[in-house]
Amino acid sequence: MKVPPAIEKKIDKVIRHYPESPSAAALPVLHLLQHEFGYLDEKSVQYAAGKVGVDPIRILELVSFYPGFRQDKPGKYHIRVCRTLSCAMAGSEELMESLCKAARIDRSETSHHHPIAKSKNGKYSIEFAECLASCGTGPVCLVNDEFHEDVAPGSVKDLLAKYK
Amino acid sequence: MATRKTKVEYLKGKEPHPREYRMIFRNVDRKGWKTDLKSYEADGGYRVLKKALRMKPSEITDEVKASGLRGRGGAGFPTGVKWGFIPPDNTKPVYLICNADESEPGTFKDRYIIHQDPHQLIEGMIISAYAVGAEKAFIYIREEFPDGAKILEKAIAEAKKAGYLGKNIKSGFHLEIFVHRGAGAYICGEETGLIESLEGKRPYPRIKPPYFPAALGLWMCPTIVNNVESLCHVKHVIERGGEKYAELGLPRNTGTRILCVSGDVVKPGYYEIEVGKITMGELIHEVCGGLKEGRSIKAVIPGGSSAKVLRGDERFEIKGADGKEKEIGIEDIPMDFDTMMACGSMAGSGGVIVIDDSRSISWVLNNINAFYAHESCGQCTPCREGSLWMKKITDRLVAGKASPKDIDTLEQVAYQIDGKTICAFGEASAWPTESFVAKFREELTADTCEENEGKALNEESQLAAAGLRES
Repeated sequence: MKVPPAIEKKIDKVIRHYPESPSAAALPVLHLLQHEFGYLDEKSVQYAAGKVGVDPIRILELVSFYPGFRQDKPGKYHIRVCRTLSCAMAGSEELMESLCKAARIDRSETSHHHPIAKSKNGKYSIEFAECLASCGTGPVCLVNDEFHEDVAPGSVKDLLAKYK
Repeated sequence: MATRKTKVEYLKGKEPHPREYRMIFRNVDRKGWKTDLKSYEADGGYRVLKKALRMKPSEITDEVKASGLRGRGGAGFPTGVKWGFIPPDNTKPVYLICNADESEPGTFKDRYIIHQDPHQLIEGMIISAYAVGAEKAFIYIREEFPDGAKILEKAIAEAKKAGYLGKNIKSGFHLEIFVHRGAGAYICGEETGLIESLEGKRPYPRIKPPYFPAALGLWMCPTIVNNVESLCHVKHVIERGGEKYAELGLPRNTGTRILCVSGDVVKPGYYEIEVGKITMGELIHEVCGGLKEGRSIKAVIPGGSSAKVLRGDERFEIKGADGKEKEIGIEDIPMDFDTMMACGSMAGSGGVIVIDDSRSISWVLNNINAFYAHESCGQCTPCREGSLWMKKITDRLVAGKASPKDIDTLEQVAYQIDGKTICAFGEASAWPTESFVAKFREELTADTCEENEGKALNEESQLAAAGLRES
């Protein structure tokens, strides 16, 4: 795992925002690494620990706790579908089924600790997320960093067409 | 230069409802509106900051106290009182944190301020930081608003370039604002969980007392944590003056609030109203277009999923404006803080979820329980064990594998969490179950079967979980 110089520069810059305590830069550093590599493996954990000056376990604690950090490599396009009440009432279960069918993803082996399912060709991965704060326009989903609202289960082919 | 009296036009199909009072959301869905500094200034932006900087910090706090502004994050705690908790003899740095972690199910308002009117938030933050003596501020923004983080960073850079941030905004007043992204945990919306997260740790909340952030917050320094919407209200308090602001809404329930309505209404969405000037029935039927054809209100969650549920046919005993006790129905409840509390729930975050008679209460409660089971930080035994236990019971309930005794167990588990935890997440996870069981016990029990007593949901998975099978 090689961190590109441009990313290392950003990492060093963000750590300087926390002169009171460099370990407060843990989340910003992890975000930069996950954005670059798609997920956080042991090498990233060690690297981040070294950068912010804590024992690696202190970083692993964060990676294993926060739902926004992935320890499994996602697909090129990672989809998160909101499952919480209002979106569920608006049809998030059907949306998930539609997306899995269109992206050819089998979710039968997912669990609490391994919630991400991937398509065989590695192009798409998917998981449920909790309330994404857009309950008035459910069902909603994120594809990587792009937000989609009012996603009708019948429109998933058009949605995925944007992500080739 | 544009003033409040400028006629504002809105995008077609997104015009505010006539019952609305657009103050915080004045620029949301505004036709031709842009988020850059120049546009904000041309519309009168940062004028109020300049007014505030001509005042003394203590005068600003006095105005906020006089306004009666209550926090808009969910707790409704008076903002001016919170600011006053900073020890008067403090010598440590003071921090201001904007809680932009909007994650309470049913709530969708801060999202629009962040994405469409970032400078209103920044102006409110600078005024607030000036008032409380902070030289460094953070916007803790949920990870799932990646565009929002970029928009805020851009706005902060513009504000700094214009001299509204940085050194000597006014002689001796310096302020830097940093955007700090979360990583997908609801518990980071709890102010001390947020602070732990900001410090680079797992977001296990702190016990209060003694860890009230105003006394022992970020790095054990006095810290003020305020919601996005609350910080915007500060700007309007200073613009109008505290007493004038307090003319909006009702006594002790002043100003405007943004209601977020979702669920089984024809027109879900966000609506800014004067606090208490609209009833639940007017909100649902007039503003939100009512329910779908042939449907009736079975239940309403009035303030985010943590708020206790109200039955559609419930009667409430409250004190009328004349001081006399009277009985009202759900549709007569005015949408203010005190009345909603008197009705046994809370105004909370303003997330109103309407549930019609087509919905299964077991399914609704199970969905909510799964949320809290997922989001429990795990620090306190009653919540860590209890939230998952409640979810497992309602999993069985929804699958038709629960027994009538399970409803009793469900309720008992909830009461073993409520009041027995370090933070209010315990109550948040327990109240839905407590209130749904109290008010819909018949329906929940109807989904059970005596034959199911002692049966597991899925024997294979139970044995696998116990390590007695290959999973």
